[in-house]
Amino acid sequence: MFSRSYRAAITLPPVLWVTAFLLVPYAILFCYSFWLVSPEQAIVHSWNVNNYRELFRVGVYLQTLFRSMGIAARVMILSLVLGYPLAYYLSFHAGKRKELFYQLVIIPLWVSYLVRAYAWKTILGSDGVLNTLLQYVHLTNHPLSFLLYSPFAVVLTLTHIYTPFTFLPIYASLEHIPRNLVEASHDLGASPRQTFWRVIFPLSIPGVLAGATFAFVLSLGDFLAPLLLGGPSGIMISNIVVSLFGAAYNWPLGAAISFCMLLLVVGLLFLSETLERKWAYQ
Amino acid sequence: MSSERGWDRSRWLPWHSLAVFAFLYLPIVTLIVYSFNGSGVGGFPPRDLTLNWYRELFADGPIWTSVVNSILVAFAAVLISLGIGVPAALALDRSHFPGKALFRRLVLLPLILPGIITGLSLLMFFRQVDVKLSLATIILGHGTALISVATAEVFAGLQKLDRAQEEASLDLGANYWQTFWRVTIPNLRLSIIGAGLLIFTLSLDEIAVSFFLIGRDNTLPLEIWGRLRRGITPEINAISTIIFVFSLLTIVVWYRLRVAAEGKAGIGTELAEAAAVTG
Repeated sequence: MFSRSYRAAITLPPVLWVTAFLLVPYAILFCYSFWLVSPEQAIVHSWNVNNYRELFRVGVYLQTLFRSMGIAARVMILSLVLGYPLAYYLSFHAGKRKELFYQLVIIPLWVSYLVRAYAWKTILGSDGVLNTLLQYVHLTNHPLSFLLYSPFAVVLTLTHIYTPFTFLPIYASLEHIPRNLVEASHDLGASPRQTFWRVIFPLSIPGVLAGATFAFVLSLGDFLAPLLLGGPSGIMISNIVVSLFGAAYNWPLGAAISFCMLLLVVGLLFLSETLERKWAYQ
Repeated sequence: MSSERGWDRSRWLPWHSLAVFAFLYLPIVTLIVYSFNGSGVGGFPPRDLTLNWYRELFADGPIWTSVVNSILVAFAAVLISLGIGVPAALALDRSHFPGKALFRRLVLLPLILPGIITGLSLLMFFRQVDVKLSLATIILGHGTALISVATAEVFAGLQKLDRAQEEASLDLGANYWQTFWRVTIPNLRLSIIGAGLLIFTLSLDEIAVSFFLIGRDNTLPLEIWGRLRRGITPEINAISTIIFVFSLLTIVVWYRLRVAAEGKAGIGTELAEAAAVTG
């Protein structure tokens, strides 16, 4: 029903823009990862795989990558544990207050990411709100130092930031479950527990996968929360990339790490998409 | 209503939800309370309530310069991402071209890709083409990364569109251009406004991409970031509180707008649904 020129007019500008400002930059990232930095700190366009070899040779890169994945996995699990029951409660039990509660989950998303990380810093610090509160009520008599500048602080902050992101797709998938399926399950004599595990939960799996992917991938690439709250033991892979692009000045090596992250993310997206399709409600 | 029965004997559910809300709001409440705390950030209980931090904030030139920069960037980013994202959604909906699957993935990728990768790629791109970093490069970065939001929202809106209206318009002799402006766009009004508001606030808050594309002029998050590295001050709490209040007002306005238009509301559901539709 649409003419060729109409289709060209809606297709060409976005395709050109996305090619110029997304595809080409990602391709340049890929190219950089095969280049080198000369001792005079100039970038040499001599194609080789030294950067990738370096990644596997120097232990700290893989270790940090695995630590980041560990942190991201913990954030993902915590966000699911916090987000899923909340989404379930809102979708099935909140009644008239559903809309209000929904907005209450969304509102924290409108507080700056940076500011929320900073707020946690003021809560967890050694003269922060939590430590002074604990001393005020005489639960401790000295500040607990493990609270800030630790992987714990990073996991807590990222969980705080990504729980609403995990909640959203789960809530959407729960809302899409036809209520007569749930009623049919009750009418056929299933207990509430059976109804949940055999009807509701399987149908919400695509939402769970989408939410889990969000939480894992976005925490994996985070570098601000670790810089602000992580301390030396909370360093993540993106922090290494940032330093390679900054003071350490080795863009090609940084590009190689970034490209590996890009591959990892795209791989996870494919995985989660395949699983979502498998569990999709037809 | 049997759907009310689900897990109704699980008393822990409402308590769990209450605990999650407490967790989500604890930092925000802390932030606001300590913006009025005379003896700085931290220390329990808060004491010496004061408006001094707000007074200092209003006299703080660099912060307001960065606020103006951020608003400028956000406006420009909205224009770019809607200008490209709306046609992109239409193209995904009704155009067929080689590489469409790749295009769909590429355009939506920044929605989920950590900002650092997009930021760095653009940094290397600008270096290759020899463009100096400035607010313009940040605008380009935000605009490009946030096309994903515009495309996802508008594509979701298109799926609910009544196609017969466009056909009727064409049958009645309107050309494609007229149909686009008089039928398609007005029908997508809510998705477009919703996407615009979302892009605006996301851009205001964006830091991972800006971090790498910053020239001499700071955006607000980068200005805040620079100060956080020097130490913490309740001035940050004060500016955050002000932004929070503005965001709340935006939500309320948007909520009213949607309720008036279609009797239901929800920011983000669109996005979650969009992610499900396109993903």
